[in-house]
Amino acid sequence: MVEDIEINDLRNLCQVISQRYDYDFSNYAMSSFKRRVLRIMELYKLETAFILTERVKNDSVFFKTFLNEITVNVTEMFRDPSMWRELRDKILPNLFSTHETIKIWHAGCSSGEEVYSMAILLKEMGWENKVKIWATDIDEGIIAKAKDSKYTIKNMVEVNEKNYIRYGGKFKLSDYYKESNGLAVMKTELISDVTFRLHDLVKSGVFNKFDMILCRNVLIYFNQQLQNEVFRMFHESLFNYSYFIIGSKETLIWSDIANKFITVNQEEKIFKKVKE
Amino acid sequence: MENDQIQNFDKSQIKAVVIGGSAGSFQVITKILAEINPKFEPPIFMALHRLKHVRNGFIEALSIKSKKTIVEPDDKENIKRGLVYLAPANYHMNIELGNKISLSTEEMVNNSRPAIDITFDTASYAYKNKIIGIMLSGANKDGALGMKKLKDRGGFTIVQDPKECTIDTMTTAALNITKIDLILNTEGIIRFLNTL
Repeated sequence: MVEDIEINDLRNLCQVISQRYDYDFSNYAMSSFKRRVLRIMELYKLETAFILTERVKNDSVFFKTFLNEITVNVTEMFRDPSMWRELRDKILPNLFSTHETIKIWHAGCSSGEEVYSMAILLKEMGWENKVKIWATDIDEGIIAKAKDSKYTIKNMVEVNEKNYIRYGGKFKLSDYYKESNGLAVMKTELISDVTFRLHDLVKSGVFNKFDMILCRNVLIYFNQQLQNEVFRMFHESLFNYSYFIIGSKETLIWSDIANKFITVNQEEKIFKKVKE
Repeated sequence: MENDQIQNFDKSQIKAVVIGGSAGSFQVITKILAEINPKFEPPIFMALHRLKHVRNGFIEALSIKSKKTIVEPDDKENIKRGLVYLAPANYHMNIELGNKISLSTEEMVNNSRPAIDITFDTASYAYKNKIIGIMLSGANKDGALGMKKLKDRGGFTIVQDPKECTIDTMTTAALNITKIDLILNTEGIIRFLNTL
């Protein structure tokens, strides 16, 4: 059993990573970051913070594993079904009333479940040719997983399918995948036009302008200072009168950019940019 | 023994209370919140097992008879004295240093999100020996490890009397792995909190 680690150990680890690999974890939310680090130490039987830090410093292949484990990749298709209904019934029709085509950014796309939710929504509404999607993540490995699009049947049936039914999809979720060797293999043509891209919210900055950004349950892993910086980057990445959507228990009221957005739906955390 | 424990324990130092519960704990929580002194100052953090996909209704049900205001915090919300914080559906609730709550969607722990272990672990890390942990009725082992960490860091531990619990798996698990300062029934828990 790995011993508890101290804040100073974490600071030291962050410093080593920052110098060696140019990733900055120093403003990640402490509790979850510490738990992720302890989890990696358990998994790879690294008994002290010192051993872990040395391993990270000297083994760049191990660092990729570290990056994959440190980021939280627990996600669901149609998480918060009522939010997806709101997108389908109000937000997207509203955008299409003034736009021929729109651009959407899934920031922190993880293993791709949210991208698939959007792709399925668009296909069922006949809007798939009106939308161009970008999906980004900090972790190369998880982007590869998103493109590979194989999910466990257990998750598919127990979580995703139930969400899809609550969302009120037109068909069955199983219409969009085939079972093979105990896995649900998605029909990848659904996401063949999606642009996947490596992007670190902390460092990579603005790369395009969008009509909608979804970043749900990603910034909860950052402290407030870092959240604030990333909010500013999102604000800059949005056209005026475009939409910003965060997780159901996230908020931007205290951030620098709060007065540049109006709340469209408080329950679903849908905001609209109204000021440059 | 009960009196010795209470004598050795500096009640004025208590800055927070954390409560864990699962199957069979709803009535107990309701009763505690109905009969607790409305002026009870320390924040109360509650990690209760609940349906993952039902966001609304739980807080309303708990609030009907409650003398205290109950909130489901947003991520990075400041902790205020006198409030009761309920872990939101499908999120873990972490208590951070610097008087804030953060939420996370990590893997389920003991098949649960929110997990009692996570709230107890982070709350006891933040409040050290100035916290009381209370474990109520429940049907799995979630919270036992969190209780142990809370005790190891100097916190004060209470479990609902297993004889009174609808399901005693959770309290028994806590009793098995760590030293519990007091075993109390619901009335006893309320009396204890109201003397703080």
